[in-house]
Formats: sequence, structure tokens, C-alpha cells
Amino acid sequence: MSLLALSDVTKVFGGLIAINDLSFTVEAGSIVGLIGPNGAGKTTVFNCITGNYTPERGQILFDGTSIRGLRPHRVVELGIARTFQSIRLFGKLPVLENVLAGRHCRMRAGLLSCMLHTPAMRREEEAAVARCMEELDFVGLADRCHEAAGGLSYGNQRLLEVARALAADPRLLILDEPAGGMNDQETAALVEIIRAIRARGVTVLLIEHDMRLVMQICEKLVVLEHGTLIAEGEPETVRANPAVIEAYLGADDEKW
Amino acid sequence: MTRTVFSVALGALICVLPLFCNAYWTDVCVMIGLYALLSLSLNVILGQAGIFHMGHAAFFAVGAYTTAICNTLWQWPIFLTMPLAGATAALFALVVARPIIHLRGDYLLIVTIGIVEIVRIALLNDVFGLTGGSNGIFGIARPRFFDFRIVKSIHFYYLVWGMVGISLVLFYGLWRSRFGRALNCIKADDVAAEGCGINVSRYKLAAFVLGAFWAGMVGTLYAAKMTTIAPESFNFMESVIIFAVVILSGGSQLGVLISAFLFIGLPELLREFSDARMLVFGLAMMLMMIWRPQGLLPPGPRRYPVVDRILGKLHSSGQNASGGLAGLAGAEVETPVNAQTAARTGEDRP
Ligand SMILES: Nc1ncnc2c1ncn2[C@@H]1O[C@H](COP(=O)(O)OP(=O)(O)O)[C@@H](O)[C@H]1O
Ligand SMILES: [Mg+2]
Repeated sequence: MSLLALSDVTKVFGGLIAINDLSFTVEAGSIVGLIGPNGAGKTTVFNCITGNYTPERGQILFDGTSIRGLRPHRVVELGIARTFQSIRLFGKLPVLENVLAGRHCRMRAGLLSCMLHTPAMRREEEAAVARCMEELDFVGLADRCHEAAGGLSYGNQRLLEVARALAADPRLLILDEPAGGMNDQETAALVEIIRAIRARGVTVLLIEHDMRLVMQICEKLVVLEHGTLIAEGEPETVRANPAVIEAYLGADDEKW
Repeated sequence: MTRTVFSVALGALICVLPLFCNAYWTDVCVMIGLYALLSLSLNVILGQAGIFHMGHAAFFAVGAYTTAICNTLWQWPIFLTMPLAGATAALFALVVARPIIHLRGDYLLIVTIGIVEIVRIALLNDVFGLTGGSNGIFGIARPRFFDFRIVKSIHFYYLVWGMVGISLVLFYGLWRSRFGRALNCIKADDVAAEGCGINVSRYKLAAFVLGAFWAGMVGTLYAAKMTTIAPESFNFMESVIIFAVVILSGGSQLGVLISAFLFIGLPELLREFSDARMLVFGLAMMLMMIWRPQGLLPPGPRRYPVVDRILGKLHSSGQNASGGLAGLAGAEVETPVNAQTAARTGEDRP
């Protein structure tokens, strides 16, 4: 069974059909790329999966259970964590607390234990901090844990979002244009980090414009145009698909 | 550090202050304490979670009337009514907040103002035949602590400020926990908070209900101190003052105490200037908002003592714990150092 399966998902904004009868699957342990021209509906697909939007029609199954219409925090609890295309960190809060926010849903201390700092609450807190520091070390930001998140460089902010998502123990990690605004060197580092995430057993679904990156790491590509699926399969096959070439015609050929 | 020293000094001052005050000034200090309590509880809602709630006097009123009714009608001891007053206010908050808690800042503000007015008008109209209309309720008994009757101003002073001390400790604990962090995240960006796994509406509601519970208990203290309560004590202006105390404070608890003193104590000190004092006061507020829009004392950073130990361990184990991608820019190696680290730690994991 696939880890994530969308079937006939349709999302409409007013008169605009942003996603039209979209079906695709993500197998556990894979890295899948969702690509397509600007405005194709990629981010909307992510927002439907994570519960920010509820699709008008269709079914979204995560590990066999329907997650359609669940609120975002429930989806995270079930094991899907995300990053945002437009970075959404808590800019004034320290780096560490941003990651702790991602860990929140795996902590249990209630109102009273929080007020009284019971021994169990302290233990949980220390374990959470330790775990979040591991995630920061994983993306190379451990030393900057006390700085305000808003002061980090663009590339580092993207990595911090990844660390925050990983702190929630996801089984599926959803990355919306993680290399957006990164230079070549930063992108190369990101590729290694994404591979390392998969090596930890986390399935990755990503939107990316950088075709080189997508070709390098994805086992499967899903191509959208005007909210409709136009191709699906291994990167090499998809790349040779006439419909895909058509969709990208006029786009930067260099990228292919 | 200076903040710690200042806090300790302030604490000591508060402990000995009534020894140097006459009954009048002790009463003023009791009022400052009551407002400090209300503001500390509103600070959880407004300061921590960023919920624009300008109706806190409503919960204060519900608590005070609960105590007054239980005590005058059924002779409940005051302290026994205290948890009930809190619970009634909290329940009321839960009922009214549930449908409105998702509203955006300015809309919520208007609705919460409506709540105070509804409560005040309900009390005026002698709702359930229990609240005594515009006369209110009088003859509320003095609280008893075992055989000790709390009557004098100085007794109330230590009762109220003792409660302030307890509240400070509990709310400080809350601030330094996942609960407090969740509220701060919601204040900063509720979409991001929800998206990284925080149940935004539940935490907003919890902050609201907790604040109301506290305000309800403060209502008990107020009713016991006054022995008479009337609807006019819980009007919109009261809500505005509590709101302004929190905004001026900047969100830290020390800030709230200072700000409560400035709002309640200072006008008393300036009483001899009679009408001019409100002018001076308003002017000071305006200057304040221009020069220090973030408030008197925003909360400092939370401390995480374990972090230093973890960082030390990371450094000694020779792992690269620096700079993230920023560190890469100057690196000459072909394969990024950080990515190697990432791959290695990745494989280490079970
Ligand atoms: N909240 C929204 N309200 C109205 N239209 C939207 C909304 N979100 C996205 N759209 C529209 O849906 C289409 C797909 O957008 P999006 O999913 O962001 O594209 P992509 O991420 O592929 O660039 C665009 O035409 C966009 O204008
Ligand atoms: Mg997009």
C-alpha cells in the first residue's frame, strides 16, 4: 500500500479550478518530486494534503486512513510535516524555540504540569530540547540555536524549517521549493540533507523548480499543468514525454 | 541579571511596605495588587497569546458575584467560594469564547467589549433575581483563615499580594513550558503554528479560560475586601485599564507589576494635582508609546540550561556544529562539510 494516495482530488477557488481530478501515489521510502510551471497548482496540492485547504472532491489517504478535511495540526500528529514556500518561521523567537514548536505535538505535559514544572514535565522538556538540538545539528545550525530565527540567511532559514518539520517525527516530509533562493553550493548541501532524511526512513515529497536537483534525487516525478496531471513516472521517462516538453516550452531549456 | 536583582528588591519592598503605610495607603496597595492580579491573568491571554481581549472585567464580575451570592444567600465561607468563582468565570469564558476565538484581532476586540456590556446590563437587570440590580449585593462576610478573621487593610494586603506571589510563580512556570511557547508561536503566526502541529484554537481557548479562571478568583478577593459590590464596579473602563496595564507592561510579569503601579498607584500619588493628573498621565502614555512601543519590559529570552551541555558534547565529539549553509560559502572543499555531517548523523540513527 502506498504511504500517500490522492484520488480524483479537485480544488476550486471561486471559478478557478486549481486542481482537477488529480490522482497520484507516494510510496514509502521514496523521494517524489511534484513539478510544473508556475501557477500549476503544486502548492495547492500541498495545502490540500496538509489540511490548510479542504478539496471539494476526492480522497486523500495517508497510510490507509483518510486525512481529507482534517485540521493541519491533526495531519502533523498523524505524521506529515511540511515546510512553506514563503518561509514561515517565528522570526523573533530563537532558532531552538522554532524547532521546539515542531516538537510540540510529540510532548504531553498538560496545563497543570506546565505551571508546576513537575519532574515528568522537566524530563520531557529536557528530552525535547536534546532532540531538537540533534535536528539542528543535522542541518548544521546547532551553534546558532540562541539567535533569532529572522536573522538567519535565506538558505539557513529554509534549513531551519526543515529541522522544525523533522522534530515532529514525520513519516512523510513535504517540502515546498526548499531550494528557492539558494545558490549552487547551498543547493548541493540541501541535496545531501534530503538524501540523509530519506536514509532515516522518512519519505519525501517535494516541489522544486531547480530541475537539476529534481533529476538528481527523485525516483518519481509527478507533473502538473493547469491543475491537471500530464505525466507521472521515472525522471528519465517524464523528461522525454512530449506533453511535458510542451508544457515547459519557453521555459529555460538549460534547466533540463 | 539586573532584572533578577530588581525583582528581589521589589519583592522585599512589597513584603515590608505596609509597615510604613497608614490604612489609606495600604488600601491603595491592595487595589494595586488586585489590578496586578487581573493584569497578570490578562497577560496570559493578551501578552502571551496575542488575543485582543478587552472584556476581562466581565470574568472578574462573574467571580465577584458568584462569591457574593454564595456567601450572602447560603453563607458559604469566602475561601470556599473562591474555586467556584474561578470555575464559574472559566465556564462562562468557555461558552462565550468558543464561537469567537477564531476571529481576527480587531473583530475579537469588538466582540469582547460586547461581553462586558452584556454582563453589566444583565447584572443591572437583576438577572435570575440574584444580583440585586443596580444596588448590587451588600453584607458580604469577611474571609476566615481557620480562626483568623481577615478584616484589616493590612490583612488584605498580605492576602492579595500573597496571591500575586503564587500567580507569579505559576504563570512564570507556564511561560517557561511548551504551553507558553505554543502561545508565543500563535501570537507570532497562527498559520505557521497550526502547520507545525500546534492546536491553535485549543490553546487560544485554554489561555482564555485560564485567564478567566484567575479573574474569577480575583473577583472573590475583591468582593471580600469591599463587602459590597455593584454592577458599576465592572464597567468597560475597568476592562480598558487592565488592557492598558498589559499593553504598557510589554508582556513580562515584572513589567505588569510596574505598569499596574503606574496606572493605579501613581494617580493616587498625584492626587493633589487633582484634574491635571489625568492630563499628565495621558501625556506620559503618549510619549511612552512613541519612545517605547514594545512596552516597558518585554519578556527576556527563556533559558535552556541543557543546551550548553549538548553544545559542548557536539564540539568535543568533533562534529561540525557551526554555521549551517552560511558556513559553506567560504568552504573550499568540493563536498559541503555540513552535508557530510548531515549524512553521517543520518546513518547513525536507528
Ligand atoms: N487561496 C487562494 N485563493 C484563490 N486562488 C488561489 C489560492 N491559492 C492559490 N490560488 C490559485 O490557484 C492557482 C495555483 O496556485 P499554486 O498552487 O500556488 O501554484 P504553484 O504552487 O504551482 O505555483 C493559481 O492560479 C493561484 O492564483
Ligand atoms: Mg507554489
